[in-house]
Amino acid sequence: MIELWRGLEPRQRGLLLGLIVALVAAPVVADRYLLSVLTLILYFAYVGQAWNLMMGFAGQLSLGHALYVGLGAYVAALLWFWFGIGPWLGVFAAVAVAMAAGAIVGWLGFRFGVEGVYFALLTIAAAEFTRVAFDHLGFAGGSGGLFLPYEERRLGEWWNLRGGQLLFYYLALFLAAGGVVLAARLARSRLGYHWLAVREDERAARSLGIDAFRAKMTAVLVSSGMTAVGGVFYAFYYNNLFPGQIFDIGRSIELLLAPIVGGLGTVFGPVVGAFILTPLGEGLIALTQRLGIDAPGVKAIFYGLTLVVIIYVRPSGVWPWLARLLGVGGRAP
Amino acid sequence: MTWSIYLNVVIQGVFTGLVYGLMALGLSVIFGVVRVVNFAHGEFAVVAMYVAFLLFRALGLDPLVTMLPIAALFFIVGFALQATLINSFVGRPEHDQFILLVGIAIIVLNGLLVLFGPDARPANLPYAFDSYAIGPVFIDKVRIYSAVAALAIASGLFAFFRYTATGTAIRACADNLTGAAVVGLNVKRLYAITFGIGLACVGAAGALMVTIADAAPSLGPAYTLLAFIIVIVGGLGSMAGALVGGLLIGVSEALSGFLIEPSMKSMFSFALLIAVLVLRPRGLMGRRA
Repeated sequence: MIELWRGLEPRQRGLLLGLIVALVAAPVVADRYLLSVLTLILYFAYVGQAWNLMMGFAGQLSLGHALYVGLGAYVAALLWFWFGIGPWLGVFAAVAVAMAAGAIVGWLGFRFGVEGVYFALLTIAAAEFTRVAFDHLGFAGGSGGLFLPYEERRLGEWWNLRGGQLLFYYLALFLAAGGVVLAARLARSRLGYHWLAVREDERAARSLGIDAFRAKMTAVLVSSGMTAVGGVFYAFYYNNLFPGQIFDIGRSIELLLAPIVGGLGTVFGPVVGAFILTPLGEGLIALTQRLGIDAPGVKAIFYGLTLVVIIYVRPSGVWPWLARLLGVGGRAP
Repeated sequence: MTWSIYLNVVIQGVFTGLVYGLMALGLSVIFGVVRVVNFAHGEFAVVAMYVAFLLFRALGLDPLVTMLPIAALFFIVGFALQATLINSFVGRPEHDQFILLVGIAIIVLNGLLVLFGPDARPANLPYAFDSYAIGPVFIDKVRIYSAVAALAIASGLFAFFRYTATGTAIRACADNLTGAAVVGLNVKRLYAITFGIGLACVGAAGALMVTIADAAPSLGPAYTLLAFIIVIVGGLGSMAGALVGGLLIGVSEALSGFLIEPSMKSMFSFALLIAVLVLRPRGLMGRRA
């Protein structure tokens, strides 16, 4: 971490420090609603980062990341629901299960040379398959959903993730910051360079002796494990899980919006994207409600338009452009 | 006695599968020529369903009749979409095209949600429950009509690609893009026509779909996935493969819905998709991987 800090220019350090201080101090001034929006932003920055590692760095397009969110959420929630095993332990099981699923998808895809669009379809098929399976899993509540009990007496048990908005805000902040640090470290590691090589030209990478299969597998494993932690967060934050919602393809797409809008393959892209998209979406909901329009699709239409416009006008995302504007673009991480 | 039940189920599957096949044909034609994966395919099919539904409810026009004007309308939409937006994405990285079409799909799907709400709308055709009896086999009238219509459109399309100058030119673009440009074909215009044809298939298939399913926005992503499964099982880019894949999926869905639980039938389709992707990525009738 110290190494990473040393690698930054003074201006980058200043901006980063300002951002961290602002986010840590935010609960002092922010009300409950604002805090919940910030929590959501940080959550999307985190899962977006996880997806970004796989697509942005290693170039493997996954449209089924809802699979890992859902598995992580369900494993931790079921352990808590049936055995009273808290999320701090359950998260390990959740990550293990999601990584196993990632290993299966990755192995099927990379071992048999399923590439590009076909690989994306494979990830969708895996997520949808699991969705229908969970619809019929009785002990997980089936399609009727799984509800974590809300008990007053356990509210203070922060180690079991039973708490209020403040707890989840700081947890989300911790996750998002951890995601950025991990991505920054990986980007300058041997593995990170292997990923970039495979993304740019797999054949050339292979001819240089890079084990492309291994590089892609580690990308899927790291990404699925990270995403599962986001799933655990989701389960204990919302306390209810429905297969039709959490494994839905819409979830997978929602999760990749932030890194695409922010900038694929950049360390801060997912964070910037989440800070742009989530407040705009929330603001839009507030606006339509004030106008008395009850239209649940409006936010999604706006997201769709944003996607089309961004990919048309600025396919490399907002962050590289913003970084130049702020004068930190010299060695934009 | 049991075999006749199975026969009934299989025949129903065959007829439904032909309509699925027509929808998937559109996806296959677009990918085969333009090399862009239309991720908004099912969403457009549902738009066509709603148009046919509204025409039937408001004016009493039969979907089997309105199918043709709807297809024409969708041709124009597809042509315009390709000419204005998608042409500039040809040759760009796959994920760029992909995100563009996912964006379009989200807009279309939620536009439907805002306009019509989430509830399913049954069209209630007057002859919806009529059927022909051939020995022990009962066949729904609507399924026969729509399957015949789907076959007619598909064969019209085969003829178009085989015998007309424009069809031949489009096949030339698919076979060798550089060569096609060198001999002076207007590739961008041909691409726009192809996308128009693809959407016309979707428009016709959507109108036919109204006769066998209730229109609902949530069908959009489901049909997109269905079209993908069919096209990949049959072979992406192969026209005959799309119809064969449609038949296969139609029958397998009907059978698994009958033998196990209807809500689990899509699991079989997804498992089939994964198996085909892994074991035979070029599909049953595809030419190349």
